[in-house]
Amino acid sequence: MYAFTYHRATGLRHAANLLEKLEDPKILAGGQTLLPTMKQRLASPTNLIDLDKVEGMSEITAAGRSVTIGALTRHNDVHKSPIVQQAIPALAYLAGLIGDPAVRHRGTIGGSVANNDPNADYPAACLALGATIVTNKRKIAADEFFKGLFETALEPNEIITKITFPVPKKAGYYKFRNQASRFALVGVFVAKRPSEIRVAVTGAGSSGVFRVPSFEEALKKRFSPKSLEGLTIPADGMASDIHGSAEYRAHLVNVCARRAVAAADEKTPAE
Amino acid sequence: MSATGIGAAVRRKEDLRFITGKGQYTDDVSRPGQAHIYFVRSPHAHARIKRIDTKTAAGMPGVVGIVTGAEFAESKLGNLICGWTVLSKDGSPMKMAPHPALAVGKACHVGDPVAVVVADTLAQAKDAAEKINVDYEILPAVVDPTKAAGKGAPLIHDAAPNNTIYNWHIGDHDATAAAFRGAKHVTKLEFVNNRLVPNAMEPRAALAEYDAGTQHLTLWNATQNPHVARLVISAFVGIAPENKLRVIAPDVGGGFGSKIFIYPEEVVCLWAARQFNRPVKWTAERSESFISDAHGRDHVTTAELALDADHKITGLKVKTVANLGAYMSTFSSAVPTFLYATLLSGQYAIPHIYAEVDAVYTNTVPVDAYRGAGRPEATFVVERLVEAAARELDLDPADLRKKNFVKTFPYQTAVASLYDAGDYNASLQKALQIHDYKGFGKRKRESEKNGKIRGIGFATYIEACGVAPSSLVGQLGAGVGLWESAEVRVNPTGSVELLTGCHAHGQGHETTFAQLVAERLGIGIDQVNVVHGDTDKVQFGMGTYGSRSGAVGMSAIVKALDKVEAKAKKIAAHLLEAAEGDIVFKDGKFTVAGTDRSVAWGELALAAYVAHKFPTGEIEPGLKETAFYDPTNFTFPAGCHICEVEIDPETGVTSVVGWTAVDDFGTVINPMIVEGQVHGGVAQGVGQALLEHTVYNDSGQLVSGSYMDYAMPRADNLPSLKVDMTVTKCPSNPLGIKGCGEAGAIAAPAAVMNAITNALGTEKIDMPATPAAVWSTIQQLNKTRLAAE
Repeated sequence: MYAFTYHRATGLRHAANLLEKLEDPKILAGGQTLLPTMKQRLASPTNLIDLDKVEGMSEITAAGRSVTIGALTRHNDVHKSPIVQQAIPALAYLAGLIGDPAVRHRGTIGGSVANNDPNADYPAACLALGATIVTNKRKIAADEFFKGLFETALEPNEIITKITFPVPKKAGYYKFRNQASRFALVGVFVAKRPSEIRVAVTGAGSSGVFRVPSFEEALKKRFSPKSLEGLTIPADGMASDIHGSAEYRAHLVNVCARRAVAAADEKTPAE
Repeated sequence: MSATGIGAAVRRKEDLRFITGKGQYTDDVSRPGQAHIYFVRSPHAHARIKRIDTKTAAGMPGVVGIVTGAEFAESKLGNLICGWTVLSKDGSPMKMAPHPALAVGKACHVGDPVAVVVADTLAQAKDAAEKINVDYEILPAVVDPTKAAGKGAPLIHDAAPNNTIYNWHIGDHDATAAAFRGAKHVTKLEFVNNRLVPNAMEPRAALAEYDAGTQHLTLWNATQNPHVARLVISAFVGIAPENKLRVIAPDVGGGFGSKIFIYPEEVVCLWAARQFNRPVKWTAERSESFISDAHGRDHVTTAELALDADHKITGLKVKTVANLGAYMSTFSSAVPTFLYATLLSGQYAIPHIYAEVDAVYTNTVPVDAYRGAGRPEATFVVERLVEAAARELDLDPADLRKKNFVKTFPYQTAVASLYDAGDYNASLQKALQIHDYKGFGKRKRESEKNGKIRGIGFATYIEACGVAPSSLVGQLGAGVGLWESAEVRVNPTGSVELLTGCHAHGQGHETTFAQLVAERLGIGIDQVNVVHGDTDKVQFGMGTYGSRSGAVGMSAIVKALDKVEAKAKKIAAHLLEAAEGDIVFKDGKFTVAGTDRSVAWGELALAAYVAHKFPTGEIEPGLKETAFYDPTNFTFPAGCHICEVEIDPETGVTSVVGWTAVDDFGTVINPMIVEGQVHGGVAQGVGQALLEHTVYNDSGQLVSGSYMDYAMPRADNLPSLKVDMTVTKCPSNPLGIKGCGEAGAIAAPAAVMNAITNALGTEKIDMPATPAAVWSTIQQLNKTRLAAE
């Protein structure tokens, strides 16, 4: 780790001010990606702005047909939240699959979404559920937010404050893990919304989370795993590495999508 | 059996300190004025070092000193050595290239250290290291062992033409060829025994301190054998005479073989401590461990099994290429030869065997012993062949095994090993029954209903433990006989310090060794303190590896206890005014036979030190005895493991759904610890078979260099294991112990792959059978089937 200056933000405005004025700043939320990267000397921010003591950013609330989760909410708190479990059980389930217990007790939803790791779970949920990412400056639709590998629509001085998820009619997530990292080799989140059906895929794509229109069409006719049988997506655009070829990932997208649909149909998703 | 004696499942004495964070590992030790050392490692697999510019770095804050490989070479220290000479077929000795602690002139693998920075803090050392400019000329690299000796492969060391270290063989070529000519059936398989990264929980570490007053060096080191480390560092590297060098191996958090060897880092730390007159500490980071700990396995093998019309095995032919990496590590030459090919008879009476092993250099991390060391590779060859043969002949694999088992002992194999005792049928039968082998068909149909493919596989393995009888291994080229020592120091109050040359790094010696002493002397195990891992305290010993501490280490303790008892009887006879021959020692009491006159152990111990009115011409005061035990043969643990898997054909995921292990370890001191060893071994074997994938790309970069890409087994990769035992005592040591530390890792890969190939209906899949690999195999099979239709 290189030397850096640590700043403890006392409030959101303070954090935003620090972010504006400091040289080469970086926001620290749960630190589950940033700190290991810094330890390996792969990241070297000059100034680190810690949001840990900022209040009011880790609340989970339900209003009308949506659930809003504060950006500093830990994965474990999303996983265990009665509100999330009741309104969007697939999202609570997803949060319980992230990392290991230590990661889930430190890592935050805002940090994960801002990082946009191509193998992370939350981006798939945000995209499939049509979430809105709220920052200190504006509201960004998930459709506009995820821009590629570790890239988002966030401006350099923007901080995610909360994420609002419209409650779907039903939703399901199926994660196929990389055996080593246990990140998603392929993860598919399927949401049946009042107006549309969305299928969002994390892990598989070579440029981050993406939707599968052909699967969405097929599910619109009938929301059943059977509707996806025999459908394929091209291996072009899939990632390929020592854990699996592009063909394997393309194949897994279909398998995971069918299993996600099946999970959405179950009353209580598996723990 | 007493509550804490031999055979009792006593809880491990050492665990309280380990699980409450009170262990003292090398990195926990800090010395006043301690500096930190950082190793600058080659980022290239094969590169000429044209120039190293350290000028800017030398001026960085906190820097104590910077030393390049060339500068270190000026110290004229010896190279690191491989201590076991292997001769090629033509009688020529192996081609061992120099292995300097810091690379000179060129780097031969990614991770090869080329320079060091010593600084006040580790961060300062790292900062300075980043300013060192190494001018590399990148050379072509070779990583594939099957290409290393081929035309066009870059030459790694001048000392080894064609990158070939030796072309070794064992067995009778002509007789084996004849057996194959007369065979009714031949089964042939090709396989890769995948390279593994050891990944002990505690990374390697070294802390060296120099006392300028006494000119003594002390090394705290995460090592499995402190005495051998001292011997090699002293006698071969020449850092200091043995009497001026103390090696302490404090608590060590796992080794699995990787901490047997003498590595560059401890040598350089010692040298730097004296050079800069500062204690110097190094602790590997995990990513550093991946490219600097000796790896395991890495064989490519073609093997053929000949059978007659009656399904008797008549011959075995094996051709193996073993990748030893960029340098020869301490015991690397022996692993793919004496520890591998001598076990190729498996549990079977195979009249003719011929095996050839070519060992090659490649631009990869050195390869050496890793849990099982050669024996998992041998078991894999034999057990995969036997299983495949049974399938080809449409026989029950259990029946084919039974038909060919060695049934009478001692049995001289065709590959030097002399099996002393065993009952292979007994362990197989017991495993079949515990596993409900008969119910497999029903379970398979149930899996089918759920869209899964179920498979079952056996491994009836044998291994050679208790390394090593000096007379045998000396003939085989070992530079050292691997006997063991023990000293029993009785205190005046009757408690005991037991000093052993073994070293515990997870095995539970503080408990099991105490159980032996406690039972013999009739005292509590809390009254026995096991001392190990310090060359200033303990007499010379050989350390712990190769499942030797029970069979060899405890035999030495028995010998020392015999001596203690003999002397104690003399003292008892004096105290009780009886003839020595009339003294009986039982349950902690010395009694004059046939009388009620006795003296308790504690009283006797005190008397030994008070020595009141001793006839000192006959009895010396004190009670302390040392013994050295050299085994007469290896021990041969064996057993039967059955693995059952369920494959999800949609994803290629293999789930291990059933496991039965019935092992014959001879006498068991602590069944709970032994069961734990089986669990750990099986987990490692399952890791090799399903998860652990060491991938080098063509330019020699280790692609799977972190836990993001290298999958270690976790608890949820395993089912509950059914572990049981059969017992035939080992005739060559006093306790009848065979050893248990490696069995699981030896049996498991073959059992898993036999189950997977059974499920898939093809022999063509290599380890690790990752989901992607299994899925691809299924796609390939489907294509072939479609084409056939």
